[in-house]
Amino acid sequence: MFDLLTLQQYWWLIVSIIGALFVFMTFVQGGQTLLYTLAKTEDERDVLVNSLGRKWELTFTSLVMFGGSLFAAFPLFYAVSFGGAYYVWMAILFCFIIQAVAYEYRKKPENFYGQRFYEILLYINGTLGIFLIGVALATLYSGGNFYVNDMNLSRWATQSYGLEALLNPFNLAFGAMLVFLSRVQAGLYFLNNVNEASISSRVTKVVYSNFIPFLLLFLYVFGTILFQDGYVYDSSTLVVSIESMKFLHTFMLHPSLAIIILIGLLILLYGVYIGAVKQKSSAIWWSGTGTVLTVTILLFILGINNSIYYPSLADMQSSLSVENSSGSLYTLNVMSVVSLLVPIVISYIVYVWRSMDATQITIDEVKSDSHHY
Amino acid sequence: MEHSELLVDYSRAQFALTALYHWIFVPLTLGLTFIIAIMETIYVKTLDEKWKQITKYWMGLLAINFAIGLATGIIMEFEFGTNWSNYSWIVGDIFGAPLAIEGLMAFFMESTFFAVMFFGWEKVSKKAHLTSTWLVAVGSNLSALWILIANGWMQHPVGMKFNPDSARNEMESFAEVIFNPNAVSKFLHTISSGYVLASLFVISISAWYLLKKRDIAFAKKSIVVAASFGLVSSIFMLTTGDESAHQVALNQPMKLAAMEGLYKGEERAGIVAFGLLESEKEIGDDLDPFKFMFEIPGALSFLGYHDVNAFVPGIDDLILGNEKHNIISVKEKMIIGTKSVQALSDYKKYKKENNTIAMNEALKTFRATSHYMGYGYLKKPEDALPNVALTFYSFHIMVTAGSWFLVLFILVLYFSMKNELTKKKWLLRLAVITLPLGYVAQECGWIVAEVGRQPWAIQDLLPVGMATSNIGSTSVMITFWLFAILFTALLIAEVKIMLKQISIGPEGH
Repeated sequence: MFDLLTLQQYWWLIVSIIGALFVFMTFVQGGQTLLYTLAKTEDERDVLVNSLGRKWELTFTSLVMFGGSLFAAFPLFYAVSFGGAYYVWMAILFCFIIQAVAYEYRKKPENFYGQRFYEILLYINGTLGIFLIGVALATLYSGGNFYVNDMNLSRWATQSYGLEALLNPFNLAFGAMLVFLSRVQAGLYFLNNVNEASISSRVTKVVYSNFIPFLLLFLYVFGTILFQDGYVYDSSTLVVSIESMKFLHTFMLHPSLAIIILIGLLILLYGVYIGAVKQKSSAIWWSGTGTVLTVTILLFILGINNSIYYPSLADMQSSLSVENSSGSLYTLNVMSVVSLLVPIVISYIVYVWRSMDATQITIDEVKSDSHHY
Repeated sequence: MEHSELLVDYSRAQFALTALYHWIFVPLTLGLTFIIAIMETIYVKTLDEKWKQITKYWMGLLAINFAIGLATGIIMEFEFGTNWSNYSWIVGDIFGAPLAIEGLMAFFMESTFFAVMFFGWEKVSKKAHLTSTWLVAVGSNLSALWILIANGWMQHPVGMKFNPDSARNEMESFAEVIFNPNAVSKFLHTISSGYVLASLFVISISAWYLLKKRDIAFAKKSIVVAASFGLVSSIFMLTTGDESAHQVALNQPMKLAAMEGLYKGEERAGIVAFGLLESEKEIGDDLDPFKFMFEIPGALSFLGYHDVNAFVPGIDDLILGNEKHNIISVKEKMIIGTKSVQALSDYKKYKKENNTIAMNEALKTFRATSHYMGYGYLKKPEDALPNVALTFYSFHIMVTAGSWFLVLFILVLYFSMKNELTKKKWLLRLAVITLPLGYVAQECGWIVAEVGRQPWAIQDLLPVGMATSNIGSTSVMITFWLFAILFTALLIAEVKIMLKQISIGPEGH
């Protein structure tokens, strides 16, 4: 079959794509934070919740899949990051536990805590949950405080177990960037999925007010990634060292990646433009495609060109690369065969999505449906 | 890396808490999705609107259950990393694959078609909707398949080899992992128990309607489907239970001994039909393990080894050793295991120093001793013993309850067929109060499987004390209590909502 490095990079690409698809799907979380911004009446709010409610599980599953593929392909990352940045990951989990019940229980009679409570849970999931995931993803560039010993067993260097990442402006900007992006995408998604003029009329303002901070944060984050010192490893000795402007060099070495990310950004901008200015329902597909391309490349560059994808701030030589943290050749081969299922899964998701969203959702439909959120 | 006992205890407690809460909801999903699919199939075949109403009603209850099952489920996957990071590295090369496949094959299927099942009645054709409902059922059961392949591997690790360079177990045969007999029997037993619980759920709620003299036609129809499904599942569950016990006997003799409170091994060993354990009993003493008990002679030998005369080792034999039956003591295993751990450490050291001769010698020692490597991490022989009382009582409650469920299904189906069920108030009352017993039996099943195999995270290879994350115990204590509060708060809401929906009923009154 394939050599180990090819498989490691293939799996890093798959992880990057799943991560990118998850970021796109966070329009669900973004929408959860807009329930009182885009909707002014109870009926409008119900239609937004029901529109998101038919998609939230896909976002949830994408997150689980992101974790699962990291576990299978890069178990050392799973052990080091999840077992070390404990408080951050636990906080993320709490934010997602509360989402799962909120849709189903929100409108149910005798739901014990009241409708507003479940809406607050959705808001927390949409803001704190996405922000913390952004912070966790940012540490792939900015690093974590961990040690890995000779037996590949790891421990965290600080007693704050990952919370110290919140003191790094880059991490904070990354988290906030994802929150604003999710809200932009949510506005465009509602244009596509909801047929209520009163809601659509409020989308433009929401998209603008979230896109501007997103863009500023993105420029800061992307600029930092390009020009910061990057960690690299020597492929024969696996010794880690620092290289100035490491990721800029990666783009220069692989111009195709620079072109893809540029195309991704342009498509994203075009999607936002036709959504916010022209109220086109297809906007989400443009911005979504742009998001997936951009995020895939941003993550993928961490796994190629001898890059370290999880730098250790406590001990540089403990840093993780695709080469020193992956599953065995046999397991990666097995998983690569399994990955042939991905197109099938994507096909039926697309088919079902198209069938279910052939007509836009309306207040009347929600009211007449015996099962609604 | 040695861990404090407090850290290990809280890590175990947190995982147990998550799993026990998760397991309140999952078995119902496993079975109810199939019952709903059968009901919808009847609707599509007969086009009788009554069956559509029945299907939609049970779907509504499923949704309430499904949401909280999902909420508790996401944590379990990530807890392998957060709380068991050493485990994640040492066996992640094998364990991670089924988890990832579960996500790809099962979770996406469930979540995609779940939306069609609930919101697609007017958006897709009847057949497409029915297919979606079946796919949700298949998806949830596929999810169980992969997670139980992973769990079966923890109980009986096969298809891998320890790589001293990476200091972890690496997969050598995916086929051995997925066709592991322990995993197969565990999967079949677990899903059939889920089908039984779902059948009890439908029967119990329907029986309550019959007792209240409301929604009679709905309840009768639901009961016929559930009792038929439950009867077949019950028989299947008992058969797979037998195979599960056989696998335990072959691969986890200590668990079997704990399940039966068997201290001194014997030929023609009996099964304790009921009994009360002696709390003062210690390993190796002459005290009778039971204050009183009633035994079925030869049954344990037969159940465990399919031979009524087979020798079944007891706890004393397994801890202290039994020369006659070639069982070496835990103490001896610990000595071999300690050598193994040291040899691995030496190997890494000599490799770093480029001392090839010493490195090869250490590797040779390691290879000769690594089958007992896990014992090298135990502190004393008694550590190899699980909690006997908890395992014993859980096992017996599970088996007794499971046998009663079979009788109940037969009775309910018999009187349903004779159209006399509404007159049998005693049976309807029994059916209602049996539902909590169904949940108790489920939790007991989990306890037997997981507490019974302690102290092993991976049977004989990795004890829980070595498998945890290297974090402070206070951190795990904090999250344990946060989880306990959150899960309980959500459970209260779930039960309240469920009871309200049941009281509203299928007619919405």
